Amino acid sequence: MSSASNSTSRDAILGRIRKSLGRTAGDSAPRDVTERLASPKPNAVVPKRAQITHDQQVALFEKMATSVNATVSMVVSDDDIPREVARFLAEHNLPARVKTSPDAAVSGLPWSDTALEVTAGIAGPEDAVSVTPSFAGVAETGSLMLRSGADTPYTLNMLPDTHIVVLKTSDMVGTYEEVWARLREKEGHGNMPRTFLWVTGPSRTGDIEQTMQLGAHGPRRLHIVLVDDKQKTK
Amino acid sequence: MTPSKPRVGLFVTCLVDMFRPTVGFSAVKLLEEAGCDVDVPMDQTCCGQPAFNSGDNASARKVAAPLIDMFADYDYVVAPSGSCAGMIKKHFPELFADDPAMAARVQALSDKTHELVSFLTDIMKVDSVPAEFDGKVTYHDSCSGLRELKVKQQPRKLLNSIKGLEISELSEPETCCGFGGTFCVKYPEISGKMVGDKTRDITETGAKTLLAGDLGCLMNMAGKLAREGSNVEVRHVAEVLADMTMAAPPIAGKEGE
Amino acid sequence: MSVSTSPNFKENVHGALRDESLQRALGRLKTGFRDKRLAAIENLPEFEALRDQARDIKNHTLENLDHYLLTFEENVKANGGHVHWCADAEEARQVVAKICRDTNAKSVLKGKSMISEEIALNDFLEKQDLKVVETDLGEYIIQLRHEPPSHIIAPAIHVHKEEVADSFRETHKGRDPNRSLDEPRELLDEAREVMREHFFAADVGITGANFLIAETGTSVIVTNEGNGDLTQTLSRVHVAIASLEKVVPTLEDASSILRVLARSATGQEMSSYTTFSTGPRREGDLDGPEEYHVILLDNGRSNMLGTEFQDMLRCIRCAACMNHCPVYGAVGGHAYGWVYPGPMGSVLSPSLIGVDEAGHLPNASTFCGKCEEVCPMRIPLPKMMRHWREREFEKHLSPSSFRYGIKTWAFFASKPRLYRAVTGIASKVLAKMAGGKGRIAKLPLAGGWTDMRDFPAPEGKTFKELWAEKQAGKGDVK
Repeated sequence: MSSASNSTSRDAILGRIRKSLGRTAGDSAPRDVTERLASPKPNAVVPKRAQITHDQQVALFEKMATSVNATVSMVVSDDDIPREVARFLAEHNLPARVKTSPDAAVSGLPWSDTALEVTAGIAGPEDAVSVTPSFAGVAETGSLMLRSGADTPYTLNMLPDTHIVVLKTSDMVGTYEEVWARLREKEGHGNMPRTFLWVTGPSRTGDIEQTMQLGAHGPRRLHIVLVDDKQKTK
Repeated sequence: MTPSKPRVGLFVTCLVDMFRPTVGFSAVKLLEEAGCDVDVPMDQTCCGQPAFNSGDNASARKVAAPLIDMFADYDYVVAPSGSCAGMIKKHFPELFADDPAMAARVQALSDKTHELVSFLTDIMKVDSVPAEFDGKVTYHDSCSGLRELKVKQQPRKLLNSIKGLEISELSEPETCCGFGGTFCVKYPEISGKMVGDKTRDITETGAKTLLAGDLGCLMNMAGKLAREGSNVEVRHVAEVLADMTMAAPPIAGKEGE
Repeated sequence: MSVSTSPNFKENVHGALRDESLQRALGRLKTGFRDKRLAAIENLPEFEALRDQARDIKNHTLENLDHYLLTFEENVKANGGHVHWCADAEEARQVVAKICRDTNAKSVLKGKSMISEEIALNDFLEKQDLKVVETDLGEYIIQLRHEPPSHIIAPAIHVHKEEVADSFRETHKGRDPNRSLDEPRELLDEAREVMREHFFAADVGITGANFLIAETGTSVIVTNEGNGDLTQTLSRVHVAIASLEKVVPTLEDASSILRVLARSATGQEMSSYTTFSTGPRREGDLDGPEEYHVILLDNGRSNMLGTEFQDMLRCIRCAACMNHCPVYGAVGGHAYGWVYPGPMGSVLSPSLIGVDEAGHLPNASTFCGKCEEVCPMRIPLPKMMRHWREREFEKHLSPSSFRYGIKTWAFFASKPRLYRAVTGIASKVLAKMAGGKGRIAKLPLAGGWTDMRDFPAPEGKTFKELWAEKQAGKGDVK
């Protein structure tokens, strides 16, 4: 969709930038630029609060997520997740209908243990509750890292009133930098899913008289089911 | 005069010179009591800040340049103002940046220039003054002293050494009073609103006296308090520290008040 | 470009100071923003070091802007997206219009974007018969009120809930006219419901970008409401509009700056949603846009590089400077007269719309330095406002009476003996005028001062006169 004026502007803009920086077209990138791009390093300054043991990171995550109005509960095995979801929905008087990601990590759970009506797919206007897996949890701010993909459609994170996220403690890290390292390991350097979303608490707004309200356009409730899979990974 | 005494050139500042000589004499007294040998170069006028902040660097240099030689021989240059000391310390090197011939001398002047109260505490290691004062005061942190020179605890430390003096802090001691040099006459309505917010804060402390370290801010706040018919007395902090409150009525106050 | 009323700054100020509703809203800046920021940074011991790191990242990026932009472009293309380099506002508007035409769009959803305000995109698209809906609650409110934003992250900060209710009753037809809209919650619920219908009908979704990541060809938005996410996911076409300087090298670099962004802005440790978008939907994806475009807007920024205003390009639009600015706090955002208010606007606006148009803005500062103290990117805002004053002085844009005043003062101040004589006389005249009252209520030629406050009278003699007398008494004249 490049138009003629577009490439003219491109040249003009780059020309002005190069002139200001004292460069000419065709100058190769300085080494600190190419190295920074080729092998990104963790930042020198990162919050010390997350440089703690893994168990402490799980505790910190729970504290931080709770402080931004998420709720957190812990189960010891995947098989317990459906019962925890059913319990949470009943406790908050929410509909017993759930849309999960097609990802087997959530769609393949023993939902028949519960009376919930469960389907998998993308979220539509009628879906009030979603259950999705997560790529990682970051302790420093209690943030969930959610990636989009064929098995993890993005709309489930944003459309339903209640978003329930399953997070394995083995996917808990201290800082954002550790997430990028994991993602590069999985996807290859420079590759990103179409959407990679950090979720830190439910949707909110302060736009009316700076009064904080939850549930602006995204979920009103964010519930995190931590699965303690330490035993399994050991 | 013992040779070991540091020689201090007092930069009086144009406002103190013209409006409030008592502040200058308070500064001299405080510096001498701290063990300095104080001198006042008589050819000094102004640091050039009004021109500098108006974008007229040529005029600013014209006014500022003579100070560089005038104060060259002193161990220290001290001003009873965070704003003027900040101009010399932080902005002279910028103002003369294009003149490499001046650079070393300007830097030398910058290095030895100090605001009065922080000079007393940080350089001369004064930690108390023998003044007397009875009552509750509040203290406004003037912006340049606070942010350019980190003057914050120094005046409080010395004020707290005065028996009978109690500091009642403003709810927002670090918020600008709206003076801003030429700002207050260029944008009088904004300045009026800002100083009105400040005087409300001052009144709410219940203090009978307002102190600060910069005469421009003090004249702004004193003028507003006077306009409002307030009884709060306004003085430069040096007057209280030097125990010279009897030497002059408060700023904008009646004689004999 | 968006039309400016910056030349009328003084008139704007006059109105703003008398607008009680606005003054009430501005009174909320302290609890709404300043107190929260302070709490957040007190909770993070590394905050100052993170500010240094964020500054260094941006400085490195700006020094290599050509390479990082080219890398960004390459990676967007590799992921199936399009990059449009636009020299100015007009070109950017035309490119967006063309994308809309090429995709047969009827409706456009907008996430919050200051760049779209800068290029006055909404009016333009509406003239092309497109239905444009702002999805951020604050932006939606001011869209209904046909107003520009008054704050860069809280666009409707000047609006009260009763006024929002009025706008909703007028716009949202077919609802019970007696419904209660007294509480923010009720207003939000209605907006959410109305907006859902728009989300499902959108053709093109336009968002801004807080960062562009060269390493991966990614655009990043930081939001709390989730509207930006729905805008860019449910629309067939996602267009991200960003200015050049939004690029950073890597995911790590963006993460580091994110650590200071929300804390400085709203006092949150992290905003609710930080969304990294890379290209259109992938094969097998069940949702996501079919097309992904990035508009790279220059609009004067490349000319700031290499000048005394380069540091301004570090700005991440957190609004900490305006939240803490006593001038912004007195007059609000609309008084500034153009898109970017507060200290960052006072530096940026003259660069983008010309110093002759925005000349008041860099002058309307006391140089109190609070903005620089809180800026997470350590931008020396007062210093750059002063540089604008220099340019105005050089271009003879400052009022001639003012220039004359400064020159006259400099003349006297550079002649010590004359200065001593003149100030000696002036002190005594002023003291006499005060007549022992210690103050002057009305002073000719100083109306700017005495309209607002009394003028404190001098003591009488100058310090230098008294000092000379004292030294003479000691027999030690110097």
